[in-house]
Amino acid sequence: MDPVAAKYIGAGLACLGMAGAGIGLGHLFGQFLSGALRNPSAAEGQRGTLLLGFALTEALGIFSLLIALLLLFAV
Amino acid sequence: MIFGLEFPPIENLVEWPNFFGPQDSWYGFNKIALINLIALVATAGLFLVASRKKTLEPATNAPRGSRNLVESAVSFVRDGIIMETIGREGLKYLPYLVSLFFFIFISNIFEVIPFFHMPANARMAGPAVLALITWVFFIAVGLKHQGPKYFWNAVAPPGVPKALLPLVIPIELLSTFIVRPFSLAVRLFANMLAGHIALKIFAGFVPALLAAGAWGLLAPLPLALTIALTALEMLVAVLQAYVFATLTSIYLNDALHPGH
Repeated sequence: MDPVAAKYIGAGLACLGMAGAGIGLGHLFGQFLSGALRNPSAAEGQRGTLLLGFALTEALGIFSLLIALLLLFAV
Repeated sequence: MIFGLEFPPIENLVEWPNFFGPQDSWYGFNKIALINLIALVATAGLFLVASRKKTLEPATNAPRGSRNLVESAVSFVRDGIIMETIGREGLKYLPYLVSLFFFIFISNIFEVIPFFHMPANARMAGPAVLALITWVFFIAVGLKHQGPKYFWNAVAPPGVPKALLPLVIPIELLSTFIVRPFSLAVRLFANMLAGHIALKIFAGFVPALLAAGAWGLLAPLPLALTIALTALEMLVAVLQAYVFATLTSIYLNDALHPGH
């Protein structure tokens, strides 16, 4: 197989990893919302944890995007 | 080029000419170096300007002018980041965390500032150096607080049953000493790079559609998406700075209090 074609196919496959990040983020915010609707006054105190969890989960999806970009531009 | 009347070449995402100094050398000065320099001067200058005697009311010592902004920023880092993760012992690391937060925030916010439109953390040099500094810093803090036993406590946290140690030690070794700095750097770098690429690609669709005749009627659609993505980039700029500072402080907590 032509190596340039393999690069593009690999980059496209690497982006499938972001599906997991999407599911994780949806789950995270959904659980936060359901907890916050039961106990609104305690929700403000956990906003820091929510943002931290969001960034850590998003990071893994971005790692897979990084692999795709490395395949496209740096290999 | 500045008015976007022609479709930009794709190489502009990854290369720029140096302002002065030879191309492709480590001492050439280009846009990224300029943005990092402005972020440095803005951070240091803001805190120096706000710490003058003039910023306190003479009678009551109430803050006035820029001191209000700086005091609320420092109390955000102190109460929202340090007290949440480390507690009172971490307050001596407040200067480092405040500088880290503000340097990263100002470098990131250049994505949305006109005539620059480039987050300086979208090139790996900045995040790599910051992550390396944080890595050396938390190892040094751990060694200072726990002595040479820090390395043993870091890979085999106290409270782990002995039978699990052959499994836990390689995982913790890899996770604490290798994955942490790498993931700090890559998280910041790839978030900024991905936002920058998305913004430039959608912004590049607008002149491409306008130059294609009848398709120009669809040009407001990528424009609206670019505006929405700019708002998202502002959020991501603040969030990535907050996350870098919070993770640094969590790693410092690990170094100060083993086994939590």
